[in-house]
Amino acid sequence: MSNNIFKPALAWTLSFALSAPLAVAQDTLGSPQLGKPVTQMDLSDLDLIASKESVLPAGSGTAFQGREIYAAKCASCHGAEGSGGAANQPLVGGNMRSQDAPTRTVGSYWPHASTLFDYVRRAMPANAPKSLSNTEVYQVIAYVLYMNGLIDQYKVINAETLLTLKMPNAGGFIDMSASD
Amino acid sequence: MSIRETDVAELGAVEPNLEPSTTDLMVAGNGLMSRRLLLGLGLGGAGLTVASGALGADFSMPVWSKQPGPGPSGYGQPSRFVADIQRDPGRANPLYPGGGASRTPLHQLRGTITPNGLHFERHHAGVPEIDPAAHAVFINGLVERPLAFDYESLLRYPMVSRTQFLECSGNSGALFRDAAVDGTAQSINGLVSCAEWTGIPLSVLLDEAGVSPEARWVSAVGADAASMGRSIPLNKAVDDVLVALFQNGEPLRPEQGYPVRLFVPGWEGNVSVKWLTQIKLSKEPSQFRDETSKYTDTLADRSSLQFTFPMGVKSIITSPSGKMQLQTHGLYQIEGLAWSGAGSISKVEISADGGATWAEAAIDAQAGDKSLARFRLPWRWQGNSAQLISRATDNYGNIQPTRNQLLAEKGALAFYHFNAQQCWDVSSNGEVKNTYV
Repeated sequence: MSNNIFKPALAWTLSFALSAPLAVAQDTLGSPQLGKPVTQMDLSDLDLIASKESVLPAGSGTAFQGREIYAAKCASCHGAEGSGGAANQPLVGGNMRSQDAPTRTVGSYWPHASTLFDYVRRAMPANAPKSLSNTEVYQVIAYVLYMNGLIDQYKVINAETLLTLKMPNAGGFIDMSASD
Repeated sequence: MSIRETDVAELGAVEPNLEPSTTDLMVAGNGLMSRRLLLGLGLGGAGLTVASGALGADFSMPVWSKQPGPGPSGYGQPSRFVADIQRDPGRANPLYPGGGASRTPLHQLRGTITPNGLHFERHHAGVPEIDPAAHAVFINGLVERPLAFDYESLLRYPMVSRTQFLECSGNSGALFRDAAVDGTAQSINGLVSCAEWTGIPLSVLLDEAGVSPEARWVSAVGADAASMGRSIPLNKAVDDVLVALFQNGEPLRPEQGYPVRLFVPGWEGNVSVKWLTQIKLSKEPSQFRDETSKYTDTLADRSSLQFTFPMGVKSIITSPSGKMQLQTHGLYQIEGLAWSGAGSISKVEISADGGATWAEAAIDAQAGDKSLARFRLPWRWQGNSAQLISRATDNYGNIQPTRNQLLAEKGALAFYHFNAQQCWDVSSNGEVKNTYV
């Protein structure tokens, strides 16, 4: 990110000059308009949202390529086969229609494949988040999808193919936001 | 966890001289008395008198009255005699670095404001140490002018203050399970706190960026190692959401989002994103992991509820409460907290007989919109077993459900948004324990 969005520190004496009209309507609060213009380019390191609307980065990967990364960086917590491992965080298996309480995993529960890219890139591995390159993220999530039987090991996962991949539980959610 | 002896003393050392006529003030079964007793309308002076035998002093001049103490200090700390009033952070999990939660010791606090150091925590990758001079909040996506705001600039914006609760949607989640957990008000219900939050209405910053007409959602992302994100409908974002910088008058504590967090009144705590660094406008929600894989509830028919934002009307009794021990028979004050994500608390009722009969509790007058309300009711315990339950109603007429009603609605697979009535069982020997009716 470029540093030019930070302007020099302003004097503290100015800080609360505009804080008087507390209880008035928001449109009369009197915004000092201090936001600095930025471009999407400025934010390329910081904006990690990967969704249907937000463009996923360039790069691609297959499960075949992701197997090694998974073994080195994921298996210690999630298990060699994604079945839970030491952290008891299974990525694979489960069935939402099972008689018993269903094990909810990427394969059985997650409604959108884009979430897998978004989450792994921003938060995984837990002890070194953001240490994977975009290519490594594509490779390792391809391996997770492969372990769930959703793709074969040579299927190329990229910005386009990830968004067209339909997850098994995609229709399993009820959006309650409209009732709020 | 264990209860301090002083808690027991506060609970146990009240043996009032009740006139025979006070039986007229019994308003519900098993010793519940009229809230008028608390309002000065009856029993002048006869209420919560501490018997002199309960004093630990021997009436000689104490040592602290005979020598000067230390002088003023830079940042005051609690008395060392209350050093055991703590959150319960649990043990660190090396596989989940910085992750976890700590709960507010509700049973050891009075009033309605949670001290900043005792506000509950929930972190997904630990507490980042953010230098405010190197931090910015940026707004991008469907806006006319993508903007970045540094901390010094944010301090110049007009701010508003609101005293409101924050509750994790996983609070009391253990009460969904079949076996009643043996815990305290803290360990079972301590993922709720209340503070005065001061900040900039998010709508002011969104106006400056110019929201595009097709935008419907706002994604908020934190600067922690998890870069945790949540999507919030735009109509809520421009209604009452704050970009908060101060908590109870001082800059946010690091574990509460220093230097800047979102505060989303009445909604599940997770959407009040801490360490706020990004606001992105979009047509659809971003489908973050913490709004798909987590913070969703699966119903009995295996469909799952997503974006269940508001916290339901709820109350809990904080005293007497789990793992306390009543020492002597006599008058006690039942106390607790009530709140609603929809608005304010209009009524709290208490039962001492497992829900058979109810009496209305007194509520502190200042209870406001989406804030904690403190309720109280006198109760005369004469050594019989009792089942204490509270039931809140908010100003929209929402009534706190029974556990059975909630289970019938949400099923046994649910984990989040437990707001049902909770029952403390008082045994004939004074032991207080969580139970199901």
